[in-house]
Amino acid sequence: MKRIKTLNTRNLKESMKKGGCGECQTSCQSACKTSCTVGNQSCENNN
Amino acid sequence: MIHQYKNNGYNIVLDVNSGMIHVVDDLVYDIIELFEENDTDTIIAAMMEKYSKPENAAKLDAPIDVNDVIEAVEEIEELKKQGALFSEDIYEKYITDFKKRETVVKALCLHIAHDCNLACRYCFAEEGEYKGHRELMSYEVGKQALDFLIKNSGSRRNLEVDFFGGEPLMNWQVVKDLVAYGREQEKLHNKNFRFTLTTNGLLLNDDIIEFANKEMANIVLSVDGRKEIHDKMRPSRNGKGSYDLIMPKFEKVAETRNQTNYYVRGTFTRNNLDFSNDVLHLADLGFKQISVEPVVSLPEEPYSIREEDLPQIYEEYDKLAKEMIKRKKEGKGFNFFHFMIDLTGGPCVAKRLSGCGSGTEYLAVTPWGDLYPCHQFVGEEEFLLGNVFEGIKNTDCRDEFKLCNVYAKDKCRDCFARFYCSGGCAANSYKFHGKINDAYDIGCDLQRKRVECAIMIKAAEAEE
Repeated sequence: MKRIKTLNTRNLKESMKKGGCGECQTSCQSACKTSCTVGNQSCENNN
Repeated sequence: MIHQYKNNGYNIVLDVNSGMIHVVDDLVYDIIELFEENDTDTIIAAMMEKYSKPENAAKLDAPIDVNDVIEAVEEIEELKKQGALFSEDIYEKYITDFKKRETVVKALCLHIAHDCNLACRYCFAEEGEYKGHRELMSYEVGKQALDFLIKNSGSRRNLEVDFFGGEPLMNWQVVKDLVAYGREQEKLHNKNFRFTLTTNGLLLNDDIIEFANKEMANIVLSVDGRKEIHDKMRPSRNGKGSYDLIMPKFEKVAETRNQTNYYVRGTFTRNNLDFSNDVLHLADLGFKQISVEPVVSLPEEPYSIREEDLPQIYEEYDKLAKEMIKRKKEGKGFNFFHFMIDLTGGPCVAKRLSGCGSGTEYLAVTPWGDLYPCHQFVGEEEFLLGNVFEGIKNTDCRDEFKLCNVYAKDKCRDCFARFYCSGGCAANSYKFHGKINDAYDIGCDLQRKRVECAIMIKAAEAEE
């Protein structure tokens, strides 16, 4: 495309197929403790 | 739903429901604003009119004609066909069903000490006492908490335990004993404990650092930034500042952990709205993992962040984002927790929409074994869920948290950032609105700004 550059991003809808395993880190255990930051957590589903 | 904005010279278009992010030229940016409500002929007419004006045409690299507009429309249509623009929100039933399922506990915040050797002015834990009394967790209570976690974790393998306080180093022997117990039990039950520690650093010594480097998956080191800022808000009990006592220790922790798996974590308040200088101060000292977060406090506190402070805070975030891009290019990059965003390997949509897990997957344990939905609810008696000996008793309260997701919150429905904050913090909502299904408005404004900055940084990195 000439006018649009799409960043390398995972389409969220794809993640419905295998999502929800729950093995990822709980958000408040990382650093925040006073906010809810989820978008920066890594997926740990290796299947 | 589309969210489009301009930042640092980039035209950014976020397709909220797919999470896809596009960097577009001026013409596409303008057309996307009109795309859903207008046909192609109307769009062409509007663009030709707009860009016939010299002040608008001057912004373009080259003059446009009708074919340019058609070409731009076609590119937009192609992305729409691919599900990367104007995609539908198909998640509400999915997430409601997801949250109704049987939940397991996978993370505990252990309040190892309801006591503290600092007297930070903004402490939500009231200098460690949490509306109660000073008490240290016994080994027996901690052991029971780990047993409770294993027993209630179902098939989850990774279990998280944060040693929190107050100040957990005031009860360090119990921390060490609980780690040993956890290591023994994880083998028996096919689990993997990830221990973490949150400390103000005063009692850190070489032995503790060595143990923590071996056993703790992450360490959160509390420091607010510049010495004068830190010392004002984080005095010791005798009123003296704590910066000089902790900083050499924190530098040692960071270095001995190879600058990874830790955070220096600060709080900014109305006293330092120029907090980008605190972040950069920490970066200049060599720290690579930095988190400096806005204080969450009621308006009557003099240091509270107010609505009128938002423009300055936005400017600070913009300034910081630009500086981070610059430093990364110079080989001096660092991570800022609130700008971290994982576009390719980030969390699944279930995680993004279901909240932080407080009250269900994540629980806080008091020194005497009571269970609360999270560390911030400790001491709020209506949120007492049960205890580690008898388990969850207050299932009504637990179920209220269970059904808490972005679709249960009116304020989230039209918010582009809902996939990045998962509906915000329930404790903050309760603090400001008396219920968990609302949202702390200033916190939401700041979250939106940070998501915009984080995406802009990705756009800048993609350009290189």
